[in-house]
Amino acid sequence: MAAPVLDRSPLLEARDIRVRIGERALVDGVSLTLMPGEVLGLVGPNGAGKSTLLRAITGDRKAEGEVAVSGRPLRAIPRRDLFRMMAVVQQLPEAPPAITVRELTLLGRFPHLGLLGRESAHDQQIADASIVRAGCEAFADRPLATLSGGERRRAFIARALAQEPRLLLLDEPTANLDAEAQAEVLGLLRRLATEGVGVLVVLHDLSYAAAYCDRLMLLHHGRLMAEGPASRVITAEHISAVYGPHVRVLAHPEGGAPLVVPAL
Amino acid sequence: MSVRDLGIGVAPRAQASTGWRANIALAGIPLAAMALVAVAVLSLTQGVASIPPWTAVLMLLDRLPLVSLSVDAPASWERIVFDIRLPRVAAAGLVGAALATSGAAYQGVFRNPLADPFLLGVASGAALGAAIAIMSPLPVNSWGFGWVPVFAFIGAAAAVTTVYLLARSGTVVDNPSLILAGVALSAICSGATSFMLLTGGQRAQPIFEFLFGGFNTASWQRVMFAAPYIAIGAILIALHARALNVLQLDEEQAGHLGVNVARTKVIVLIGASLMAATAVSLAGTIGFVGLVVPHAIRMIFGRDYRRTLLAAALVGASFLILVDLFSRTVIAPQEVPVGIVTAMLGGPFFLYLMRRRRIWTL
Repeated sequence: MAAPVLDRSPLLEARDIRVRIGERALVDGVSLTLMPGEVLGLVGPNGAGKSTLLRAITGDRKAEGEVAVSGRPLRAIPRRDLFRMMAVVQQLPEAPPAITVRELTLLGRFPHLGLLGRESAHDQQIADASIVRAGCEAFADRPLATLSGGERRRAFIARALAQEPRLLLLDEPTANLDAEAQAEVLGLLRRLATEGVGVLVVLHDLSYAAAYCDRLMLLHHGRLMAEGPASRVITAEHISAVYGPHVRVLAHPEGGAPLVVPAL
Repeated sequence: MSVRDLGIGVAPRAQASTGWRANIALAGIPLAAMALVAVAVLSLTQGVASIPPWTAVLMLLDRLPLVSLSVDAPASWERIVFDIRLPRVAAAGLVGAALATSGAAYQGVFRNPLADPFLLGVASGAALGAAIAIMSPLPVNSWGFGWVPVFAFIGAAAAVTTVYLLARSGTVVDNPSLILAGVALSAICSGATSFMLLTGGQRAQPIFEFLFGGFNTASWQRVMFAAPYIAIGAILIALHARALNVLQLDEEQAGHLGVNVARTKVIVLIGASLMAATAVSLAGTIGFVGLVVPHAIRMIFGRDYRRTLLAAALVGASFLILVDLFSRTVIAPQEVPVGIVTAMLGGPFFLYLMRRRRIWTL
């Protein structure tokens, strides 16, 4: 499952992405590179263009600029091939309420099957393994409607893993989750990165992003404000410039990662 | 209350399911096929002349190639079974299969559990198309077909396109609007069809059939003419059964799993409309089959379209053969139009679904 250790070529490269509505630029010339085994976090205030950038990369939103997956231009990759390499978990994915986690996960095999293909024992195995990797064993046969918010997010991540992607893109996978569930989802993304998956994730909570991502990109008004390890991106200077005067940056008592807290 | 609280107290559904409840459904398909044969034989035996079931079976087997049986039956039974009842059973089965399959397909594409050829206005659109074909100078052959299925298909396709465009805002289709638009369009098309019937004189008489569905004009020629259209529609839909499975998720997600959403929707809609239009050409407007049957199927067979489409075809065929049997025997020698019987059964079912919670989701 792990990507070849020697492979240090970028999984994802986006160059000079621009998304415009009329005169207004939602994303204004952002470039990014994602390596195997890396968790890259896109952060920034509401309306900074994080989700729009992600949707531009996945092709769900018309955009200018170049996107390449494993060195191939995204536009030139046939749809099925693309989604065998790249899996996307949207912000609010929908599914029938009665569908079980196992059934949902098996749908993730779609890009691997032919027009009339049936799921083989191999596909079942991959689905089962994906359920384990995403930590969904305990509720694998329960309908989605009975799951908690965090369980539901992990179920959709299991579906994405069944695609056997080398590249995983997630839009706010921790939105509306309690602290424990946030830690579970982000811990899962970290584990996947150690298996060699490249993870690009849009996050809202700066402290969690700082704690779980290898690298952050801070967006503001559609532009890249800062990029690098959390200690260099989440600084008092950047945060007050982007989020205004009502937030403070502290150092985590355990290890010193930046924490963003309200000013009192 | 958090989302998490809602999960507490809901017992995990104990399910020995591997994938899509494979085992139950696997046994269900042969059972549905056997039920279809049984219902067909039953229908052959019932009527003014009552024929013993076993004799009917032997008469059928005798007709098979390489089988020769000495069946002790009057010559008139031969005519009743093969020239009158069997084409009627075949027509009812074909139309039932077509309506149920197209209903399941519409429900899948629109992710709307109430999408049915009748409620979407497709059946009335097809009937109007068929009526226009009857009144046009184009040739309509002796058994009343010819250009009829082509015009019916154009009417059906125009109807489904219209309701889709009316119910859509951006890329989102509003489920209640889809059905409301369908019902309104249906009223408009039926009105136009009735007008043509009432003002068209003698020439317009065949239009009557399209308004009140039934199988009293069934013949082998009509069945043979309709079968290929229905087969083409079935193939178009069957090829996309797996894509329909993925489309149960939202469209964006389906796209992220490699489904070409726009192409899938167009092709499945063409297939479903072809089936529904041909059913109307053969038997007129018969409502609710595409609503009732797929619902029953989903309860038993789950929601893997590879199985539910096949099961819907088999059960839809059995259902309409039974309804036709009822409609030609209940007040014999008079016949009740089949469309009236299905409306009496399907209307209350529709209202029941409407009152249920989660009405607009599959």
